[in-house]
Amino acid sequence: MRYLIPVLILAGLVVLFAAGLKNDPREVPSPLIGKPAPAFNLKLLGEEGSYSNADLKGRPVLVNFFASWCEGCQVEHPVLLKLAKESNVEIIGMDYKDAPEDATQWLARHGSPYRKVILDNEGTAGLDWGVYGVPETFVLNADGVIVYKQIGPMTEAAWREKIAPLMAGAAK
Amino acid sequence: MRTLLLLLALLPSLAGATMAADVAGMDASQEARYRTLIHELRCLVCQNQNIADSDAPLATDLRNQVRRQILAGENNQQIKDYLTQRYGDFVLYNPPFKLITLLLWLGPAVLVLLALVMAYLFTRRTRKPSTATALDEEKLRKLLDENK
Repeated sequence: MRYLIPVLILAGLVVLFAAGLKNDPREVPSPLIGKPAPAFNLKLLGEEGSYSNADLKGRPVLVNFFASWCEGCQVEHPVLLKLAKESNVEIIGMDYKDAPEDATQWLARHGSPYRKVILDNEGTAGLDWGVYGVPETFVLNADGVIVYKQIGPMTEAAWREKIAPLMAGAAK
Repeated sequence: MRTLLLLLALLPSLAGATMAADVAGMDASQEARYRTLIHELRCLVCQNQNIADSDAPLATDLRNQVRRQILAGENNQQIKDYLTQRYGDFVLYNPPFKLITLLLWLGPAVLVLLALVMAYLFTRRTRKPSTATALDEEKLRKLLDENK
């Protein structure tokens, strides 16, 4: 009985710390989940005209913040290419704090999974979307509302378990 | 060695120069607010640094944003709101008191209280045997007296 209380407290702390270990401090929950995509109106890469947040409405899309200087983007690139090709997912690229020439070259070398590439050279859209490190991928439903944010490289597991069901639900 | 010393001596002035550029066009109270704010805001890339100390490009962007908004006449709360709308409460080193941060704010007080309660219980428990031995001594003396 004498040692019961300390042992119970220790057990409680162990449970608390074990749960804490599973949390990744790099993954800061986005306050934008459930909110409409932040407004922007930016030029496109390799074509005339501009693209705004209004253009994201009408169907579920992935908005992928990437850059030619970003290593994690190379890691996730094959996954994005596969999604665009095999699952016919509409991915909009957001070229974050990058030189357009570098992005063009990078996409020529690695292939482009993007329907459109928006130029966010100054990172202003990135700031409004709460991007703090590329790659980050936002899942938008047909109303243009952000339903999920993938922080760090897109993986097949993340697509299968989290994003694909959301996209399927969002298509309705 | 001498060049190294010279470089070291130059470092603070370099830092001073960048700071001066940061606060250009601000009056004294705006400058003070700027300095306080950038020390209270977290850099999200290098998570245990504030944006004043961090060299990360994101920290520079956030500092620029804070400066622009101060110069545009926004107050501290408006600037903090702007950033939490985008990055969440995590961007604040001083998190607000609300349901989700309850454990964070009250946890330490609860633990101290628990420690005090336990300390009290333990000291009370150890006091008992000492009164028991005092009784025993009395009994012993009585027994010895009887035997005389």
